[in-house]
Amino acid sequence: MIEARGLSKRYGGTLAVDNLSFSVEPGKITGFLGPNGAGKTTTMRLILGLDHPTSGSVTVNGQPFARLAHPMREVGALLDAKAVHGGRSAYNHLLCLAETNNLPRRRVSEVLALVGLSEVAGKRSKGFSLGMGQRLGIAAALLGDPAILMFDEPVNGLDPEGILWIRNLMKALAAEGRTIFVSSHLMSEMEHTADHLLVIGRGRLISDCTVPEFIAANSAQSVRVRTPQPDALGRLVAAAGGTAHEDGDGLTTVRGLSVSQVGDLAFENAVRLHELAPAQASLEQAFMELTASSVQFHAGVPQERDLEPATAGEVA
Amino acid sequence: MATTTVPVSSAPRAVLPAARGRAGFGGAVRSELTKIRSVRSTWWSLIALVVITIGIGALFCFGHLQNFSQAPADVQAHMRAQSIRQATEMSLFGLILGQLVIAVLGALTITSEYSTGMIRTSLTVLPRRGVTFAAKAVVFTAVALVVGLVTSFASYFVGQAILSGQHINSTIGQPGVLRAVIGGGLFLAVCGLLSYGLGAVLRHTAGAITAAIGLLFVAYVLSGFLPSSWAEHIDKWIPFNAGGAVWENVSGASMFHPWTGFAVFCGYAAVALIAGLILFRRRDA
Repeated sequence: MIEARGLSKRYGGTLAVDNLSFSVEPGKITGFLGPNGAGKTTTMRLILGLDHPTSGSVTVNGQPFARLAHPMREVGALLDAKAVHGGRSAYNHLLCLAETNNLPRRRVSEVLALVGLSEVAGKRSKGFSLGMGQRLGIAAALLGDPAILMFDEPVNGLDPEGILWIRNLMKALAAEGRTIFVSSHLMSEMEHTADHLLVIGRGRLISDCTVPEFIAANSAQSVRVRTPQPDALGRLVAAAGGTAHEDGDGLTTVRGLSVSQVGDLAFENAVRLHELAPAQASLEQAFMELTASSVQFHAGVPQERDLEPATAGEVA
Repeated sequence: MATTTVPVSSAPRAVLPAARGRAGFGGAVRSELTKIRSVRSTWWSLIALVVITIGIGALFCFGHLQNFSQAPADVQAHMRAQSIRQATEMSLFGLILGQLVIAVLGALTITSEYSTGMIRTSLTVLPRRGVTFAAKAVVFTAVALVVGLVTSFASYFVGQAILSGQHINSTIGQPGVLRAVIGGGLFLAVCGLLSYGLGAVLRHTAGAITAAIGLLFVAYVLSGFLPSSWAEHIDKWIPFNAGGAVWENVSGASMFHPWTGFAVFCGYAAVALIAGLILFRRRDA
């Protein structure tokens, strides 16, 4: 259980996180969504105590993160897979982490096997591919067998195989009853994996709900129509108070009218329809609609901490 | 989730022994030992420290031996009279560059965590920053003390072996000699700690090394240009002069006594360490 109350963080003149209050419920995958620069990474850094909040507080299992007896046994975090000393072997990297929490040495070999890096355990991690680096970061997060896992943009830059691996891993970890808090700016990713959504824009909480609730609440109804007479249909729809948008290839998207209204309108006016269907709004669309204002509003205001893709020198 | 292909699903739960106590200093020290021994830069800088320090000391002793051989008899007599002090000082003269090498290692102990980003991972697994900072300092000090003492003793004995060619060497049992040789090792460790503190303040490898060299080396060189009326009061406070007093490279009425000078030098390092600790705890990582 992660609980934030009135959490704010200001960097110079920029309010990166603005009075956030939320809780991440145990045993679920909670997607943490927002456009680039929304404050997702900063929020995660605040949870882990890497940054000190300007005001407000955040606790993990009822305590500030820094007070947990064995932090690795309670929270495993992967914020930036590049946050390793590349000159150290994968094995030694994990060993030096495990030792801080008095975890047994054998656990290092176990997690290396778990993420499929056993064969390169003795290799220095600077030679690792992006996907291997990500696996090493996940191995580190799993060392303490924690009940809470935090991943910041875990699929960023990965190839399709890597993305699938991460997606399945998160599902498998959730199925074991773990709490997963994962950030992304890719809505499509969350649609497949998350149970619950926290959406932020410009550092503020915009939405806190389940995935179906989010889509239902935030996307306008639309109807997909295929017609050889798009101009005629467009005029009829406009006259009836809706809007029609020609998507090309004979497809038109109608908003503001129901499927039956569009069908009746076409029938009564002898407009030919070749296809008529309700369009299932995707999470992507819902998200775009919801965060459009916050994105437009802060366009041009640089946010130091949350620029993606994350670079190694991001936080010097 | 029997259908998933991810191996983690088949992993047994309760994979760890029950937790006891709290993650703290002991684990942090073991972790820092693993860190310092598992990167090549540690080994390269330690090898450089030993080779450079012993090599320069040997070179000086060899030069001195040549000068002695070619000197007229009255000069030889004068040199022989000063032999205990000069022979010791000369064999340890490599410390003047050795201090810069240990300063690099001291700075890297903490700045490499910032340059690689490792610090964020380190503080995520052990968020008690004071513990992490102290564990790093303790492990570095232990390594620097062992290697520093070995280097200092090796420099001394190699140098004396060279000087013994003309019987102008000192022996370890003579007054002040053992103190100087042990002092050389202590001096190296404290140089490294000073640099570690600067590294924590500056969080940047090049910056920390530059600052350390400025304090240890440049300040010493510049002090040579001071008007003598100032030098009398300022010279002994120059870090290198204060720290060097313990291994006898400086002498004179205007300088500190060996252990007093060393204490002053430790004071400088303490200031850097305390400033580093305060900032390490307070700043966003």
